[in-house]
Amino acid sequence: MATLTITDVKKTFGKTDVIHGVSIDVAEGEFIVIVGPSGCGKSTLLRMVAGLETVTSGEITIDGRRMNDVEPMDRNIAMVFQNYALYPHMSVFDNMAYGLKIAGTPKAEIAERVAQAAQMLQLEPYMGRKPRELSGGQRQRVAMGRAIVRKPSVFLFDEPLSNLDAKLRVQMRLEIKELQKRLGITSLYVTHDQVEAMTLADRMIVMNAGRADQIGAPLEVYANPATEFVAGFIGSPATNFLAAETLGRSGVARIGVRPENASLVAPDQGLANGTLLFAEALGAETLLHLRLTGGEMFTLRQDGTAPVPAEGETCGIGWDRVRELWFDHGGNRVRQAG
Amino acid sequence: MEKRVTFKGWLLPMLLLLPQVIITAVFFFYPAGQAVWQSLFIPDPFGLSSRFVGLGNFEYLLGDPYYRASFVTTAVFSGLVTLVSMGVALYLAVLADRLIKGSGTYRALLIWPYAVAPAVAGVLWMFMFNTRVGVVAWYLGLLGYDWNHVLNEGEAMGLVVVASAWGRISYNFLFFLAGLQAIPRSVIEAAAIDGARFWTRFRTIVWPLLSPTTFFLLVVNVVYAFFETFGVIHTITSGGPQQATTILVYKVFKDGFVGQDLGGSAAQSVILLVLVGLLTVVQFKFIERRVHY
Ligand SMILES: Nc1ncnc2c1ncn2[C@@H]1O[C@H](COP(=O)(O)OP(=O)(O)OP(=O)(O)O)[C@@H](O)[C@H]1O
Ligand SMILES: [Mg+2]
Repeated sequence: MATLTITDVKKTFGKTDVIHGVSIDVAEGEFIVIVGPSGCGKSTLLRMVAGLETVTSGEITIDGRRMNDVEPMDRNIAMVFQNYALYPHMSVFDNMAYGLKIAGTPKAEIAERVAQAAQMLQLEPYMGRKPRELSGGQRQRVAMGRAIVRKPSVFLFDEPLSNLDAKLRVQMRLEIKELQKRLGITSLYVTHDQVEAMTLADRMIVMNAGRADQIGAPLEVYANPATEFVAGFIGSPATNFLAAETLGRSGVARIGVRPENASLVAPDQGLANGTLLFAEALGAETLLHLRLTGGEMFTLRQDGTAPVPAEGETCGIGWDRVRELWFDHGGNRVRQAG
Repeated sequence: MEKRVTFKGWLLPMLLLLPQVIITAVFFFYPAGQAVWQSLFIPDPFGLSSRFVGLGNFEYLLGDPYYRASFVTTAVFSGLVTLVSMGVALYLAVLADRLIKGSGTYRALLIWPYAVAPAVAGVLWMFMFNTRVGVVAWYLGLLGYDWNHVLNEGEAMGLVVVASAWGRISYNFLFFLAGLQAIPRSVIEAAAIDGARFWTRFRTIVWPLLSPTTFFLLVVNVVYAFFETFGVIHTITSGGPQQATTILVYKVFKDGFVGQDLGGSAAQSVILLVLVGLLTVVQFKFIERRVHY
């Protein structure tokens, strides 16, 4: 267990700036998720913490010790890679024992710790197999096992679930969360999946083109997005953005309305009118895709039991104005007065 | 899924195969058959008639201390050539693998020696080490070392080994580099995070994962040292001093063309043929189970 601080860290590859200054203080045992679209610099940030990339400027410390020039092997971290990066020529046991062997741990202790991790991850029947003889989910578990046997001070995950199918992903997500809680190891977890971020994170860093747009607890970020980007990225389906002048407002540029905050009303009774293009009935809920009179698209989420108008029909759309999200021309949040 | 091309009928596939079959027959089966045939005879000194001796030539060869010495020479020579050329190539490949900038030029330069014909390479090395006019021999002389591979057996062996290995480094380098680059970067990174420093990583991860490449190169290089180094040896030492650098292939030439012992020379060729056969079997066995881990 350890604390981790990242202070104004920047990264430049050749002439391209990739990370423009990210800072966060991570408490002991905290689970931090770094989330953002592809190419925003999540992996780069994680790899700098791992020591696999140099830090251009700024400082990374673990337990107060400056890490910038410390080699990866001396940082006491463990990392789970997207492609698992298992040693193909070693058995599951040897994969998990590798780090301990190098550290010169006594044989009996290695056996005990690996067995313990194997039991935790239900890998016992596979200890003699080679990675190529395992399924994707099992490989993922071996990668997790390799990380936990070393009892590192910080866990790093780089999209560990993105190669699994949807169902397995949900299951592994729960297992990771449970495991991390049990072990209490400070963790940094990279994903581009906002559902993963919401469910796993104690706090999340929403990254946008090399900047941390917002750092906060998942529900706090959802309820109070700091920028238009965050409002659009967190929450599914995505927030609707309307130009303020189409609603006859001034003082702000764009207004965000979450699909789950809007509802259908009779035409001209709401805040906007639109024609229904198509409805997606998902069972528990129905997503309605409408085209507003101004030409903009609007997605609305309603209960699966609520009546659905015919396609092409014109409907009114209403929402609670207090829950509107206001943004200025720069995409920054403007707080509603009162 | 494997994609198969199928032909209707027999004529076209046969026609397509024909050139290769003819070449193999004319340049391989026919001379090989002749060698086997000739190995059973001893021609008279004028080449007018020959006497059937059965396996007499082989019996004589196996009892001949010079021939047995040549076996040992060949083993030492090919062992050293393989070791030197693969060792240097692996070292350079590891360096090139770590290098990102300028690796293109570096690689191109390393590939040049491969384009030099063995005989030309031999002449090159011979001049550099020539006891009277060679640059290297001269510098060694300045350092107080009296280089003379014409008289010194160890120096002669050293020189042909280096000259043969030199031309081979590029080839081995390319295969080693490809092998190294086929190892996923993240596997190496995972090992680094697991605490393994460069040399430990090399020993426990890189070297085992490289083993298919290494094994392939081992066979190929031994075959090369056995059969394709004739030009180098012929130009530099002509098998001397005495027998010190007479490897099996060179002895076939020396006994047959210089010594005019056609029967014995043919018998030697047959023995070499069997050796190639064995090496080929080893190689095919290996290709069958390419994945070693
Ligand atoms: N070694 C490198 N040299 C140059 N540019 C790089 C290098 N590694 C990453 N980049 C660039 O840095 C940016 C961020 O890359 P990074 O891998 O951190 O993105 P990411 O957020 O992890 O994306 P993804 O979700 O697709 O994995 C990208 O634009 C990428 O092209
Ligand atoms: Mg990434």
